[in-house]
Amino acid sequence: MLISEIEEQIVSEFSAFDDWLDKYDMIVEMGKSLPLIDPQYKTDQFIISGCQSKVWLHAALKDGKVHFTADSDAIITKGIVSLLLRVLSEQSPDDIISASLGFVDRIGLKEHLSPTRSNGLTSMIKQMKLYALVFKTKMNQKN
Amino acid sequence: MSNFPVDKIRSDFPILAQQVYKRPLIYFDNAASTQKPRQVIDAIRHYYEYDNCNIHRGVHYLSVKATEAYEEVRRDVREFVNAKSTREIIFTKGATESLNLVACSFGRRYVQPGDEVITTIMEHHSNFVPWQQMCFERGAKFRVAGINAAGELDVDGLKAQVNEKTRLIALTHVSNVLGTINPIREIIAFAHAHNVPVLIDGAQGVSHLPVDVQELDCDFYCFSGHKMYAPMGIGVLYGKEALLEELPPYQMGGEMIKDVFVDHTTFNELPFKFEAGTPNVEGVMGLGAAIRYLKNIGMENIAAYEADLLKYATVKMSEIEGIRMIGTAKHKASLVSFLLGKIHPYDAGTIIDKLGIAVRTGHHCAMPLIELLQIPGTVRASFAFYNTEAEIDQLVAAILRVKKMFE
Repeated sequence: MLISEIEEQIVSEFSAFDDWLDKYDMIVEMGKSLPLIDPQYKTDQFIISGCQSKVWLHAALKDGKVHFTADSDAIITKGIVSLLLRVLSEQSPDDIISASLGFVDRIGLKEHLSPTRSNGLTSMIKQMKLYALVFKTKMNQKN
Repeated sequence: MSNFPVDKIRSDFPILAQQVYKRPLIYFDNAASTQKPRQVIDAIRHYYEYDNCNIHRGVHYLSVKATEAYEEVRRDVREFVNAKSTREIIFTKGATESLNLVACSFGRRYVQPGDEVITTIMEHHSNFVPWQQMCFERGAKFRVAGINAAGELDVDGLKAQVNEKTRLIALTHVSNVLGTINPIREIIAFAHAHNVPVLIDGAQGVSHLPVDVQELDCDFYCFSGHKMYAPMGIGVLYGKEALLEELPPYQMGGEMIKDVFVDHTTFNELPFKFEAGTPNVEGVMGLGAAIRYLKNIGMENIAAYEADLLKYATVKMSEIEGIRMIGTAKHKASLVSFLLGKIHPYDAGTIIDKLGIAVRTGHHCAMPLIELLQIPGTVRASFAFYNTEAEIDQLVAAILRVKKMFE
């Protein structure tokens, strides 16, 4: 599925909630069900340190698509991480680099991506795009 | 508690009347910054509407008026902390600048390779990093005293670190994470018996407790305006006159000089030697109004009311299953740091915020302490004299909501 299609899907899922608590309940559930990162990557080498919560991120290139796995020590952060993974994982480096991720604002979670929130998410998106850029460069060198 | 005019006081703070997320704002982030009463806001407005001018050495009407108002506040601050002289009251940007000033000037004057400076593990970064870095630069040893399980300073351990190489002890009056009130009088007396001066970081002290620097006999006492109902960007360094006389200036510029020649400069007398450049006059006006406001209520009354709030919060919150209070010292200022089972402070703080309650989460600028406690941070509710028991009940309800959501 295209990134924009997944974004639309998420926006429609979240539009069902009037109450912010229900929305956060869902994020918490998503956080709890995020497939865990391979423990070998849950190290300082893969950490994206925020002041408030930590994020671990690993990326691998398979058949021209980037496969991300991630984790966080805070559940809400982890829930939002799982949304970002759902949108950006298994996509091509080019699509990841150009993704605008407007859905975060549309589902009312923009505050969590503010750099002042320092939960590691802003740096995580930057890091995901950097991985994509590196993979793109590698793919071009091979061609 | 019933005699304390909290309703009247709340009406002095315009910001407290607002709603956040369609709920009445409950502000429990006072250890980070307090709100400002109308009197402080009005003083700043009045200054710009009637008195604004660069101070000192002006001969015209406004300059004389502004200078007099500025120096009047210095007299108010002197009286507020009971310093001997206004020469001992230096206006700074805040406690952070006060601490950096002493670390820099004291270090240059007194600290040699092999010397030692002692601080504690419960310090805010602003009373930790300046000493650590100064010690690195000067080849001195940076020593850190520990705490016990309740979060009380290991006083015997600190005393045992004092030796003939010790040049200074720098410690906080009140811990911004644990709430612990340190036995500074005892430490100062011990240090002085060994000819060691003591600096007190009073950023969390002056807003909660009556402070008398002569009675404490501390050598330096630093605090910020914005944590005591005054504006941001203004703070105070108190220092004993004899010590301040010996220290070299911290920043160079206008105001701090006496005479400038091409080949040398002589410096102004105290306190101006440490006040380079145009000062934050509006901040000083706001600080003056805040001190008058506090004096009007009375620091003893404030301390008593806040002690009641702390007691109430401690009892109510201790009843919550799975709560872990971080900092259970016998003598505490009015803040509670806590963790809820395995719930991350960021998760708890996010939901508590959505319920209209401002708390702070994270390491509270005390990473060495958080590292020692091996926790991911804490949730901290810090109370001021405009908070109420009813608001604490709301916090307890919010915590129960958080537990339901994450457990």
